[in-house]
This record gives sequence, structure tokens and C-alpha cells, in this order.
Amino acid sequence: MKSSDLGELAVRNLRESFLRNSLTTLGVAVGIASLVAMLSLGVGLQELASKRLSQSGLFDTVVVMSRANVRGFGRPPRDDSAPKQPSPPLDAAARKEMEKLPNVVEVYPQIRFITEARFADASYSAMVAGVPDSARTSGAFDGIDGRFFSSATADEAILQVEFAKDLSPQPSTLLGKDLVLRYAERQALGPQAGANDRTVLDANGATKPNTSGAKSNTAKTTDAAGSGFSIVPRQRKLRIVGIVETEPAAGFGGFGSGRLLIPLKVAETLRAAQANDLRDIVRGSGSESTFASLTVRVNKPSQVEAIETTIKSMGFSTFSLLDATRNLRIFFAVFDLLLAIFGSLALAVATLGIVNTLVMAILERRREIGILKALGAADRDVKQLFFVEAGVMGLLGGFLGVGFGWLIGQAVTFGTNVYLKQQNLPPAHVFSVPWWLVLGAIGFGVIVSLAAGLYPASRAARLNPVEALRYE
Amino acid sequence: MTTTNDNSFAVRAANVSRHYQMGAALIRAVDDISLEIRSGEFLALLGSSGSGKSTLLNMMAGLDRPTSGDIFAQGRNLREMTPLELARYRREAVGMVFQSFNLLPRMTLEENVELPLRLAEVDRSERAGRVREALERVRLEKRLAHRPSELSGGEQQRAALARALVNRPKLLFADEPTGNLDSATGEEIMRLLAEIQHSLGMTIVMVTHERPLADRFADRIAALADGKLVSDGINESVQRSEVQR
Repeated sequence: MKSSDLGELAVRNLRESFLRNSLTTLGVAVGIASLVAMLSLGVGLQELASKRLSQSGLFDTVVVMSRANVRGFGRPPRDDSAPKQPSPPLDAAARKEMEKLPNVVEVYPQIRFITEARFADASYSAMVAGVPDSARTSGAFDGIDGRFFSSATADEAILQVEFAKDLSPQPSTLLGKDLVLRYAERQALGPQAGANDRTVLDANGATKPNTSGAKSNTAKTTDAAGSGFSIVPRQRKLRIVGIVETEPAAGFGGFGSGRLLIPLKVAETLRAAQANDLRDIVRGSGSESTFASLTVRVNKPSQVEAIETTIKSMGFSTFSLLDATRNLRIFFAVFDLLLAIFGSLALAVATLGIVNTLVMAILERRREIGILKALGAADRDVKQLFFVEAGVMGLLGGFLGVGFGWLIGQAVTFGTNVYLKQQNLPPAHVFSVPWWLVLGAIGFGVIVSLAAGLYPASRAARLNPVEALRYE
Repeated sequence: MTTTNDNSFAVRAANVSRHYQMGAALIRAVDDISLEIRSGEFLALLGSSGSGKSTLLNMMAGLDRPTSGDIFAQGRNLREMTPLELARYRREAVGMVFQSFNLLPRMTLEENVELPLRLAEVDRSERAGRVREALERVRLEKRLAHRPSELSGGEQQRAALARALVNRPKLLFADEPTGNLDSATGEEIMRLLAEIQHSLGMTIVMVTHERPLADRFADRIAALADGKLVSDGINESVQRSEVQR
């Protein structure tokens, strides 16, 4: 029989027992809806977590360090026979080289230093961190009270809320006010630099010229070749423009450990002395400033591995949370699988409904099957007819189920957001019905229905026409 | 594969038996019957209930298989055909009419008659003409859109006849076609069968237990009793009327 005729006859047969077939189809729809609802929840939560994590910059960044920095801290040297590559300095030239790599969005140094902030005639110790301008659009500062920096070079500061609470019991009143950042600037010294050019810190921390010409260990360092740098106390007035509730991008590769956030470009121009400066002196890198580490941000987390390999081949050490993302993906895959299994339970019940409906149909249509066979229908035709009927129920149930699932999703999202609002938390999309899920669910509904129709269809096909015709 | 090249026979049964096991008892529904039906012949299989006539008809129509013996039709041994080949045989070479009409109640007359064309995968464009032609032959062309429940018994049987003819088969098997009809309507159906036999040159095998109808319309009468062929002969009265005609 032609497929168009099969479809026509199947739909006609389904219409005949409208109520029973509708209820069976509804059963399939409920099964598909529960599956869609469960998986949509899994996908939604995964997207929510991924969004948060990608905002944190944890998974699309590679932290690059000079190889010399990585070993040490009491750890034994790596036991490998491979010849050691020279470790190039992690300086501005290396940064430019990395910026040219494909799929690299930006490369910026991690600038963090502990310093003193003065506000309302009081001093506060704070970890200052530079924030790249790209954080403006990454969503990391979505929940900010106030605003992001007006420009990449603005003398502005964003405070972490705990630090802001130290400054004022009502943090929001700090917005628009100024604070003074006092820090130690690193100034390069040439071998011929005169002693008068150098400054030292007095016991109170104030700057004064080193007029005595006496060498001061705290103010000036030089290496054997005579190069080095001096420390100059500086201060910079910054306007408080924002307060962040939670630490944006806390943790690895981010700028979350900072309590006082300033534009990265501003942080770079400060040339504030950092922990690695002393190491540079010891290693004799002299007045050439190197970075403690560089953060390389790539287009997609999937490109992290390739970039890491390239940077390693340049002679640097790298670190990323690639393994962590892999584990996260595994976690969500298992999570989705479990949700799908629970969602499928309803579909399993619906499958039994299809089997029951079709077996009943065979009993009712026994004589009809006999007539069809007497008129020349092959076993295959009868089997296909029942198959198509099961498939049509699955298809309709799939469409309906996706619709119901979507409605359940909307209801869950609405309920969740009402709850989140009560908890003073921002709304979240915990539900997502991607296209692949829509098509997959409908396809799954059809496949499950066809599987359910397998036994009834073959039973119908096997009917002896003579006995079937005799059936009243 | 066994074949017969003798095309003068439309159907040939050779030592055909059909046995059923009913518990410990073996039922010999058809017991070693040999029968040759010539092309264009109208054969009546006469017998009382349980004589085996319907079982023999079902085997000749390809609905059932003999326990032993061979049935040749269309140059092939039906016993050796695969289920798919038997289905094709029923679809292309055979038309069947039943005592209880066996029209599908939820379909219109037109749809019922169209059903064999669907199974034979005849083009949709050709179907309407073929259906109309078949219904005109049984004078039901004006009842196309009616459902079987809206027709009288005679009309339903005529519709069943149209359905049996629509694929233009060579063989028509009728199982008690007048069994559910009053005598006048039954006679009307018999006339129609005879008319079809003459106009289309079809071979008709009809099962009946009504001797008078067989005497009036069949070319040949084969009588069965307890699964055995007890008599087989030319129907002289029909032959005489043929000569007179």
C-alpha cells in the first residue's frame, strides 16, 4: 500500500475510536511533557550555571606565568629528562605576542597589590585589583549598586560591599564620594642614576628626598650590573562609582579577591610595586618590568586547550580550569540523564497505554483485518497500518507534549521568580526549551510509540484471515 | 516449484486435504479432493453445513493452505507460494464475495469499493473511474456516498460484488452469496453473477447449500459431504437453457 493511503487509512481508523485514541494520545503527551519539563529544567539550570561561570571568566581564560615562577615553594624539581627550555620573561613583548594569537580576545596582567585607602580621615588596608574594560559587558557587574567605570582610564573605584561597609555602615551613601589611594610606585633606575633622584620613605610613610646620599635598603635596590628601581610613595584620588554585592568573578583568573576595584589601565599606569618586583631584582631582570601573570581570555571555553598548548610552546607555564569545565559538563550530563529517566517514567506508562489501545483495536477490528487480507492485503500492509496508527498517536502526543512541557516550564519559571523576588534575589531563567529538545522530544515520542506498536502490529499481521473473517 | 502449463484450467485441486486438530480429534474438513475448474466456468460447490465446501473455497482463494495436496491457479502451485505471493494472488487474480457482505461499515460505498485499488497501489487518478465502472456494473452508481448501513442486504451484496470486480480479477469466489438474502434478492444476485460470468468471461466458484439456485445458474455442480467430493457433473438444465438462448 502507498504511504499516502496508509496514512489516510490510519487517520480514519484513529478518528473512529476518537475518545479512546485521544486519551491514549493525551497519555503520550503527558509523558513527553514530563520529559520535556525535566530536561528543560536541566538545560535551564545548566545554562544558568554556565552563564554565571562564563561571567566569572573561570572557563574562558588561561593564566600565563613565567616558567621560573611556577616551581619552587619547597617543591622538588620536576623529574623529566627533557632538556629545559629557557623561560622567556613575561613582559610587554610576550603580552603583545599572545594578543596576536588567533581566538584571543584580550590579554591583561593581573594587577593586585595591598595598599592603603584613606577615607574620611581614616586609613583602611585594601587589596586593589585592576578590572579590564571587557568586564563592562561580560555581565560580571550586573548586580552592581551604582555603575561601572565611565571609561577605561577614569579615576574611579568600585568597592566590594564588605569593604564599603568598613568605610560606612550605609554603603550606598559612598557613591559619588572620593577616597585617596596611597601606594608605592616603582620607578626604574638606570646604572647612572644619581642618588638625589631617589626617594625614601620616612618612618611615618611620608615621601622625602634622599638628600643624605646614603644608600637605603628600603628605598632603592640595585643589582650587580647597577640597574634597579626605587619605591616612591604616591597617592591618587578616586571617585567611588559602584558597590558590588558579591565578589564578581571571585576566584581563579578573575579579579574577585580585590576589595577595591579600579580600571586595569589606571592600575597599570600606577606602576604600583607588587610582590614580584623583588623577585625581578633578585633574578637580575633589572629595570625591565615583568608581569607576575597574564590573563589570556579566549573566544570560547573550547578554545582554551589549543591556546594553552600554543602558549606553553612559547616557553611559559599556563593554568586553566579546563578539567573543571569537563567535570562540570559530566555533572550536567549525568544530571540531565537522571532527569530524563524520571521524565521517561510517565512516557513508559503512556507506552503501555498505546499497547493497550492497539491490542484493543486488534480485537475490535479483527474482522476488518480479515477483510483486508481477503482483499489482498499482505501481512506487511496490516503491520504498517498499525504502525502508522501508533506513529500518528506518538507524533500528535509529541507535539502536544512539547506544548504542555513548555507551559509547565513557564509556570515553574514564574513560580521560581516569585520565590526569588521574595528572597530579594534577581530573577533567573531556570527553564530552557532549545530546538534540539523540541525536535528530539517529538522524535522520541514517535519512536517510543512505534516501539509500543511493534507487538500489536505484528500480532495483527499474523492473524489468520479465515479465522478473522469468522470473528463476530 | 510445481507449475502447470495447462491454461484451460483456471483452478486445479489435486488430492487436497485440510485437517484440523481439535483436542484429541482430527477433523478432516476437506479430505483428498481433486477438482479441475475450467476457465470461464461457473461452478457451484454444493453441500450441507460442515461439508467442507467453504474450506475448499478458501484454499482455492489463497486464504488458507492445504494440509496436503496441491492447488494450481494462474500457473502456480498455491501451496508453494510465500505469504506475500499469496497476498498478491488474492489482490490481482481473485475477487471474493461473502455471505455477510463484509463491507467496512465506517466507509462509504465508494471507499469500500476503492479499498482493493488502494491495496493494489493503483494510481489515485485512475481509481474514481474504476470504482464508478464497478458500481455501474452492479447498478449502484447512485449510492456512492452511502454507508453500508444505509443500504438493503441486496444492495450491500451488490456493493461487495463491485468491490470484488474492481481489480478486474480472473476468478470470482463467492461464499454463500445469497445466504443472508431473501429469495427474490438472492435470485437478483445470482442473475448478476451469471451476467458477469458471460460479459467478462470470468471463472466463478460459488459455495451454496441451495440446490435450486445452483441448478438454475451454475454450469457445473460439485457436491461435497463430510469433506469428500461425492458428485461432480455438468448441470444439464443450464446447458439446455444455454442452447435455447
